[in-house]
Amino acid sequence: MKKIKVSLFYPAGDVSKPITYHLVKDFDLVINILHADISLNKMGKLVLDIEGEEENIEKGLKFIDEIGIKYKMFTKSIIWQEDDCVHCGACTAVCPSNALKMDKTEWNLTFEQEKCLVCELCVKSCPLNVMCVSL
Amino acid sequence: MAYKSFDEINEKIKSGKAVVVTADEIVDIVEEKGISKAAKEIDVVTTATFGPMCSSGMFINFGHSDPPIRMNKVWLNDVPAYAGIAAVDAYIGATELSETKGMEYGGAHVIEDLIAGKDIKLYAESYGTDCYPRKEISTYINKENINQAYMFNPRNAYQNYNAATNSSDRILYTYMGTLLPQYGNITYSTSGQLSPLLNDPTYRTIGIGTRVFIGGAQGYVAWEGTQHNPGQTRGENGVPVGSAGTLALIGDIKMMDKRFIRAAVYEKYGISMFVGIGIPIPILDEEMLKFTAVKDSEIFTNIYDYSVPNRARPVLKTVSYAELRSGNIELNGKSVSTAPMSSLKKAREIADILKQQIINGEFLLTQPVSAIPAANKMNRLDVRGVENEKD
Repeated sequence: MKKIKVSLFYPAGDVSKPITYHLVKDFDLVINILHADISLNKMGKLVLDIEGEEENIEKGLKFIDEIGIKYKMFTKSIIWQEDDCVHCGACTAVCPSNALKMDKTEWNLTFEQEKCLVCELCVKSCPLNVMCVSL
Repeated sequence: MAYKSFDEINEKIKSGKAVVVTADEIVDIVEEKGISKAAKEIDVVTTATFGPMCSSGMFINFGHSDPPIRMNKVWLNDVPAYAGIAAVDAYIGATELSETKGMEYGGAHVIEDLIAGKDIKLYAESYGTDCYPRKEISTYINKENINQAYMFNPRNAYQNYNAATNSSDRILYTYMGTLLPQYGNITYSTSGQLSPLLNDPTYRTIGIGTRVFIGGAQGYVAWEGTQHNPGQTRGENGVPVGSAGTLALIGDIKMMDKRFIRAAVYEKYGISMFVGIGIPIPILDEEMLKFTAVKDSEIFTNIYDYSVPNRARPVLKTVSYAELRSGNIELNGKSVSTAPMSSLKKAREIADILKQQIINGEFLLTQPVSAIPAANKMNRLDVRGVENEKD
């Protein structure tokens, strides 16, 4: 079993096929939608965690490609240098997926790597420069 | 209850009998025991804040070189410092930018590095005088080889502040953080019920000469802060709704700790500095206890639209800090997520340290030498001059 994180970029026109359905049904993949921004007749974006046999993941990605949807694998990740963090919360203002959140009792910053979309907004918004991108 | 004087409270501190709690703890104590009983039992309530405060900086004296120089232009790690004072005195402001690194490094970083014990490159120029012949100097300084280095912050510890949002279609980069388009978020900056001036709303005990915790050292309130605005609209509890009183603070850089002074860079805005401040409030009587028992649900601020480029921005909504802390505010029928800019965790740490220092007899209270103004007029800057004259 393998797990990948991938962004799908929908073209502005009609996408007739129910993509996630086919990924699950035809390729036996476990899909977790992390982020979706899709409206009719507009360019859209879908961020997915895809889990399954390596061979099936490859087939699934080929299927996505063939129906005209571009995709990009997540290769980078965000690293939180916790020791240097003052827990101000500035990064939580911009995090679109709630991967970065304030714990409401201790008012610590918490970071859930699995929810992270690697949008890098936190990197720029951190006044202490403690969020960085791993290559 | 009878009035307790500063002297009586200090005697209790010296004999190890003072009862000290934080401005967070007092909320529950009052709920349990009531104001009267709590006021009798408790001697001191500690308050604190740890937020970005741009109006901060440091005076420094380098000592004289041989031959001596009357420095008239000074750079510290390529960050310009103001040298229009005596020969080897300078002032470096927290927000000053490096001439080589721009927004990556500035005055606040110089201060943080100096506190951390690092060597700082000093470069200075002079026109040369009969008594100060040297015209240029390049050397390294650190906190061991300089004379005085003290923080002098013209405006710290704002008594309440605006919350910010953005109605426009583009991201705004501000000192209130990154504001996402179309009311994408709301940011606020306070330690709320733990914040010094929100616990002494009428400046009864905090005034000129008040000893404070600043950046890990003991410092003092030097004056009212710039833009001190006691006349701000206030609620029934006396707590201002929006920015009001401010303090000018002074403290010895050499005694500070990097944990409580941190340089900050706000994307496309510039540099600021997190300043850790703690102020003890003596419970002189029931009124002071009542003031310190204020809680987030009783402290209000206004949400402003920062995309309006005018001095008078419209108020979108007035909300309590309890609502802001909840993580969401309803604005125009939509739930908008909220985020803090100031660290409550660090503020609590400071309030606890100050409490412990007072319990241990290491920090005594001072009665203000003079009060800071309880009323004044805030002026605005009008654009005048020949081209602007109408008549």
